[in-house]
Amino acid sequence: MSRTASLRSGAVQGPDTPPDGSPGVAPVLSVEGLTVSVATAAGPRPLVQEVSFALRSGETLAIAGESGSGKSITSLAVMGLLPPNVAPTAGRVMLGGTDLLRLPERRMRAIRGDRVAMIFQEPMTSLNPVMTVGAQLVEAIRAHEPLSAREARGRALDALRAVRLSEPERRLSQYPHELSGGMRQRVMIAMALALRPDVLIADEPTTALDVTVQREVLDLLRDLKRDTGTALVLITHDMGVVAEMADRVLVMKDGRTVEEGPVATVFEAPAADYTRALLAAVPRMGARPPAPPRPVAGPPVLALRDLVVGFDTGRGLLGRPTHRVHAVEGVSLTIAPGETFALVGESGCGKSTIARAIAGLVPFSGEIEVAGRILRGQRDVTRAVRRDAQLVFQDPAAALDPRMRVGDLVAEPLAIHGIGSRAERRAKAEALFERVGLPRTALDRYPHEFSGGQRQRICIARALALDPRLIVADESVSALDVSVQARVLALLKELQDELGVSYLFISHDMAVVDSIADRVAVMYLGQIVETGTRAQVFGDPRHPYTRRLIEAVPVPDPRHVRPPRLREAREIPSPVRRRGDPPARMALRDMGEGHLVAEA
Amino acid sequence: MALYLARRLLQSVLILLGVTFITFFLLYVLPADPVRQIAGRSATAQTVESIREQLGLDQPFWVQYGRYLWGLLHLDLGRSYLQRAEVAELIWARLPPTLLLMAAAIACEVAIGLTMGIWAALRRGTATDTGLMLASFAGVSAPQFVVGLLLLYVFGVWLRWLPIGGYGTFAHLILPALTLGLLGAGWYSRMMRSSMIEVLRQDFVRTARAKGLTRARVIVRHALPNAILPIVAMIGIDIGIFMGGIVVVESVFGWPGIGQLAWQAIQRVDIPIIMGVTLVSAVGIILGNLLADIVAPLIDPRITLR
Repeated sequence: MSRTASLRSGAVQGPDTPPDGSPGVAPVLSVEGLTVSVATAAGPRPLVQEVSFALRSGETLAIAGESGSGKSITSLAVMGLLPPNVAPTAGRVMLGGTDLLRLPERRMRAIRGDRVAMIFQEPMTSLNPVMTVGAQLVEAIRAHEPLSAREARGRALDALRAVRLSEPERRLSQYPHELSGGMRQRVMIAMALALRPDVLIADEPTTALDVTVQREVLDLLRDLKRDTGTALVLITHDMGVVAEMADRVLVMKDGRTVEEGPVATVFEAPAADYTRALLAAVPRMGARPPAPPRPVAGPPVLALRDLVVGFDTGRGLLGRPTHRVHAVEGVSLTIAPGETFALVGESGCGKSTIARAIAGLVPFSGEIEVAGRILRGQRDVTRAVRRDAQLVFQDPAAALDPRMRVGDLVAEPLAIHGIGSRAERRAKAEALFERVGLPRTALDRYPHEFSGGQRQRICIARALALDPRLIVADESVSALDVSVQARVLALLKELQDELGVSYLFISHDMAVVDSIADRVAVMYLGQIVETGTRAQVFGDPRHPYTRRLIEAVPVPDPRHVRPPRLREAREIPSPVRRRGDPPARMALRDMGEGHLVAEA
Repeated sequence: MALYLARRLLQSVLILLGVTFITFFLLYVLPADPVRQIAGRSATAQTVESIREQLGLDQPFWVQYGRYLWGLLHLDLGRSYLQRAEVAELIWARLPPTLLLMAAAIACEVAIGLTMGIWAALRRGTATDTGLMLASFAGVSAPQFVVGLLLLYVFGVWLRWLPIGGYGTFAHLILPALTLGLLGAGWYSRMMRSSMIEVLRQDFVRTARAKGLTRARVIVRHALPNAILPIVAMIGIDIGIFMGGIVVVESVFGWPGIGQLAWQAIQRVDIPIIMGVTLVSAVGIILGNLLADIVAPLIDPRITLR
């Protein structure tokens, strides 16, 4: 759909955006005709081709694209941090008057971290686990400035204050594992901005973070950029983040520039087909018209009654546990046949634990009713129950055995349950493949031969093999590119209309939930704080936490005016408590027509 | 910490109890008769019986084992059948040479193994890497008595650089320590290489490079401390692996340690000494593991002792 667009690299140099900057304002960074190739046995293969952009001081340029578009390779080429075997083969990267691609490593090292700094996607793994936060900050500062350890420590402290980290003195002596993901990303930002670089490259800086934390980190980046005048290159797949943060956007696909221009122009009048398709695929809050609630027919497919899941932790002298993680604390809900019920919340809220309890993977108390069978503990989750409730996980690559043919993987549930002959199972697998939009001929291939979206289709086919009444989809579309995500969501809807299967749809992504759910429950610290129809919860959110979540979602519309900043969000309290000291249960109050809200 | 040590101590006592039982039982069912060794070939049946009675070897298994445990409870390892000395004294006298040899061997294997491993990881895929890994493979596969005899021949007999056996000077220590350490060096170089390659791929190494640090600093300050973690746990286990090697190496080089003591005792079915050496080895292994566990959180702050 975008082949034609991607060939139009001439569109890059439209009249609005001369690649060498506006007259009078010299760009701090300009990339001209950058081509990066990987060395293969068959000769160099280009990963990025003829990419050009210019960045002026204080400006934010977003490089947007789906996986494999070459956006990260572009940024690593600028930093001179390309992996072995990958090297720039043409073009220039000009920082002021210096071509970074021609610099020897020793001189490039002096620029890296000082004039061009970078932050990465994974805050959990981007810091050295065996060095204190302070030591890592001090090291970054002293690599470029001849300061004493004391002076550098003072600078490090200033940097931590600048990223609004609480208790900055204490943070200096803490190790990364003692900080949350959001705090670690602040440390990364502090480290990158401590030396006031001319250019900051942020590669998916908020993708691994919860939505409220993402909000804070984006606000922080915007404020710091304004205060320091640093130019920002923001690499992201999230068009919401692009719309909120960027002045200009460069859309990439398959290593080439598809389109470049001011954000408002690109969003309102995208020139390339690919950009149009990409923007159309982005899920948006409130985009789906309110649907009348589906008529509830028959007894519920799933009912949770006062579900409690906890894990003991800590060890006393005789190995007795001292603490308890209250993962799920008294959750009740019902799902009707053919209904999609979504659980939303941030990491650690207990939404995935509920999926695990239904599948019999964790011990629980309370009651789970699956298709009429009442389960009062993990032991009651028999094979028959598992047949009625199937799971689809987030990472299809990890959920498929790499050494098995996909046809066998899809037929395996049937074999386990002793259903049909070998030939019948094969026939069923073929039918399932067609149903989820994969060719029959693909049956004898191995998982690595498929793309991410195709693999998730295979997982869905496997889940359907036993004709389940309920599919628990735990972040099933979260790892997929938006265009693929949109197609998988459409497939899920089709399957539901056709087979009448119910979904328990677990997601952190409010916009995706808004596009698929009939009813929604918002979870916080193991409990439901608000539940009702999609229109009730998203159209008329009553609980402060629900509101905070919804307001934090980046809106893929540059004209969207964000409400004034919310109160500074605190870190979510720990669900780990001393044994015998369970958290207080929140009482849910009916606001009318089944819209239940926890009383604060 | 105190709680942790208390629990580990309790576990250790149970382990030691198990070790004494298994060893005692194996020696009991062994067809070799210690009394024959003591009495000599020409002894009459009457003499043999009286010695057996005197040593309590005519008693049923549980009585013998019970007596042994009772002695242990009073820190009494018993008397040697043949050497007319307390087992504890014999072991105590031979412990310093063995500990010295072990310490030197650990130093050898760590120094050689880690250097080779790091070097190979940094030169990954080159001829250097291949050569180093071939060498480590040889170290892992060659039996210690072969390595020992080879070193002995080359450096002791042929080049005449080092003494061929005995105890007393630093020169005496080199060959036995190398023989014992080369096996471990082979293992460590392979482990260190894969651990280092793994760590060099981590995100935080990329972060360190993005800061503009020198390559040397990225490796020494960031990669190395993380890569070395799995090795530390191995060093604790090593002491156990050494125990087998020490019997061989001490015999080859005439090193007057407990390995030699054990070897002689095994040949002569001197049960109290065999029991004593086994017990001391077990204590050594337990202490080695404990030490590794205590050191781990000093290197990796994510580990807590519970």
